[in-house]
Amino acid sequence: MPTLLPIDVLLIAACAWLAIGLAGVLAPRNFFFISKVLFPLGAAVAVLAGLTSLSYLGGGPQTAVLAIGLPDLPFHLRLDNLTAVFVLLVGFASAGISVFAAGYFRKGEGTAPGLMCLQYHVFLASMQLVLLADDAYAFMVAWEVMALSSFFLVTTDHRHAEIRRAGYLYLLIAHVGAIAILLSFGVMTAGSGDYTFAGMRAQPHTPFWASVAWLLALFGFGAKAGLLPVHVWLPEAHPAAPSPVSAMMSGVMLKTAIYGLLRVSFDLVGTPLWWWGVAAMAVGLATALFGVLYSTVQSDMKRLLAYSSIENIGLLAVALGLTLIFHAYRMEALAALAMTALLYHCLAHAGFKSLLFLCTGSVLHATKERSLGKLGGLIHRMPWVAWLALAGVIASAGLPPLSGFVSEWLLLQAFLFSPGLPHAWLNMVVPVAAAVVALVAALAGFAMVKFYGIVFLGQMREEALKDAHDAGPWERAGLAWLGLLTLALGVLPTWVIGRIDAATTQLLGTGLSDKVREHGWWMLAPISPDRASYEPLIFLVTIVAAVLLGRQLVHRLYHGRTRRSPAWDCGYVFQGPRAQDTAEGFSQPIRRIFEPMFRMERHFPTLRDEKPYYSVKVEDHFWHGLYLPLARLVNGISALITGLQGGRIAIYLLYSFLTLILLLLVARP
Amino acid sequence: MSLSTQLINLFAATILLLAFAMLAQRRVLTLINLFALQGLTLALSTLVVAVTTRQTHLYWSAGLTLLLKAILLPWILHRLVRRLEVKWDVEPLIKVPTTMLVGIVLVIISFNVALPISQLSSTVSRGTLGIALASVMLAFLMMITRSKAVPQVIGFLAMENGLFLAATSATYGMPMVVELGIALDVLIGVIILGVFFFQIRDQFDSLDIRHLERLKEK
Repeated sequence: MPTLLPIDVLLIAACAWLAIGLAGVLAPRNFFFISKVLFPLGAAVAVLAGLTSLSYLGGGPQTAVLAIGLPDLPFHLRLDNLTAVFVLLVGFASAGISVFAAGYFRKGEGTAPGLMCLQYHVFLASMQLVLLADDAYAFMVAWEVMALSSFFLVTTDHRHAEIRRAGYLYLLIAHVGAIAILLSFGVMTAGSGDYTFAGMRAQPHTPFWASVAWLLALFGFGAKAGLLPVHVWLPEAHPAAPSPVSAMMSGVMLKTAIYGLLRVSFDLVGTPLWWWGVAAMAVGLATALFGVLYSTVQSDMKRLLAYSSIENIGLLAVALGLTLIFHAYRMEALAALAMTALLYHCLAHAGFKSLLFLCTGSVLHATKERSLGKLGGLIHRMPWVAWLALAGVIASAGLPPLSGFVSEWLLLQAFLFSPGLPHAWLNMVVPVAAAVVALVAALAGFAMVKFYGIVFLGQMREEALKDAHDAGPWERAGLAWLGLLTLALGVLPTWVIGRIDAATTQLLGTGLSDKVREHGWWMLAPISPDRASYEPLIFLVTIVAAVLLGRQLVHRLYHGRTRRSPAWDCGYVFQGPRAQDTAEGFSQPIRRIFEPMFRMERHFPTLRDEKPYYSVKVEDHFWHGLYLPLARLVNGISALITGLQGGRIAIYLLYSFLTLILLLLVARP
Repeated sequence: MSLSTQLINLFAATILLLAFAMLAQRRVLTLINLFALQGLTLALSTLVVAVTTRQTHLYWSAGLTLLLKAILLPWILHRLVRRLEVKWDVEPLIKVPTTMLVGIVLVIISFNVALPISQLSSTVSRGTLGIALASVMLAFLMMITRSKAVPQVIGFLAMENGLFLAATSATYGMPMVVELGIALDVLIGVIILGVFFFQIRDQFDSLDIRHLERLKEK
């Protein structure tokens, strides 16, 4: 009996997902079967895929050739450590999302459940295939399937015009990006006609063509990831999609774009140039700052999280840029540090952002409200969701002891070593970038305080919220799984780094694991303990102990009485829900400080108004400054082209006639 | 120069002459007769090539050409024109003398383009390649300059004549299967176009294709 290699297991997992999707279509009316059998089964397959790649990590590359597709053009597949890290991410994050989805989808909403099941599992399988693809053909096929299946998932509630519009925008940008990726692959084949990744690696690239390929890849993958200026689909598509789909797209799908960027930058295109790093870092910083600022001023909870995803993608691009810079100057240890931060943040973001999106799903189901202005005080009605959301919020804000802190800390550590760069100009600029990253981290904390405080804390802003119910058992299980992942990533960084180090080593030649391992499993000291170290478990134990001790002391000293009173009452006589800080009010300082960054339409009440009201509408500069002019330009050009279509057959014939004569004259032997 | 080559050149020159005549002709019925005559000349020229080179399949193509282009298609077109009652003069979009001048320029271009190709060829009829190309061009020009539907279809068929001549002169004809296929295509095409004529007339009360301008996308 032939042994089953990890790559075979992963392929079987992908096939299993497809089979589950088909089973959903074959039994479209059996809602119980689809939601309580098929989705959990999909989650089990996801866990299997995740465990397989976890056990594989550190192994050598494995290849497979699937004889499907066009004649003489089979699918080449390859499993290496970079792929394995991302398969791990897809598997573990999607397991939680699938379990949650088992309890989330209701009958009679938008797309039929059977079809939904198919789209969802095709989406999963295509992401797996994107990661495993080893030639441009298989990659593009999987990439397009991923875009299409997610498009259909986004437009689940296609009866709303705005959701169709969001889906169209997503599909449009996804295709523009896919064209750029295809062109990038075309450049990397260097005219050899060999579209396998092995063939691309073997081609010698001149710096010019390598740069062209890399910039095309940055644009193409950036369009999928949501880098500036092709981010506009993200805040539209995420709120439009059902919450598990938003979680899947934001937590998992965006990472496939990061995977693509890593694959091209460090594997396919040859030796990176230092200025690529500067470009990635500049785009990343702009994206991160933009994303976090806009996330602070949103008043729709899913839009807030979508902008927060843009911010995190920006941070990932910054880490990529830093890695490229260090790598180009042969400072491999530091490059490995930045790369570890990048991969770690991918994993962390997959966990906490999925968790937060799923929490918004539960809130949405419980209250039918997405607007922050109509929520509040839900921690009393939905303790499970609230406490698990707290874990996601802490991680997202980059606070210890959860996952987001580790990756952001590693990134800042990497920045602290940038003065060693042998380039004066970079030496001056990179610390500024570090300062911007710190600002972004702080603002992310602000946005998360806003999200959590307004949704879960304080008093209920609407009467209807009193009927809110907590999430069901399936939803709780999915949330708890992701919460545990977030906690594990926060508390066990040395173990995780030891695992993902195989990918770093594969891409850069050196890794962190030796340095990390020599200080024991409880202490993370990426360079040396003298410079910086972090003991998450000790930190966690200290926090927990301090909180418990404090609570005990208060009880003991404050004569053991507990008294319930309205939250944030602060001794005022009248303190109703209306008097609380609103979502708009909370972010007003940010809007004021960073005024030029926003395009705002405000209406202030005046003394003479019959019905005074205040309104503020924040819009994206890019939409009015870039997209609308671009759309007008395209319309104008197509109007010009329409002129060619005069409707007269004689003119049409003349076109072909003149073309024929021209070709005859040009193509003379 | 052997007799057969001289004969082939004579027939080719006749075809070119007929192409010019068709370009200048304004009456539809005469146009169809000219087309039939062109088909007959084409069949004769193919027959001469067949006799000279003793290629059996060329006899078949000569017969097929005679049957289809000299007899069947003109007959169908005659019937169509009579039933549609469009015997009157056609109005060219461009004046006839101008068209003729453009046609001469096209002939010069065609000969110029065909010269290097016919030097590579070794067939007895290689000199006629330029003429064949020129008749394709002239037929194309006719399609452009006519505003009625029937002359356009005749232009299309005349173009096929030119292509056939080119095939015979450059390579002794295409394989039998291809020729049969093309013959069938032309026949079916004419029948379908005949149906279209009736549709167009019903729709616009005229066969003037300028009415079709309204069909474009807004």
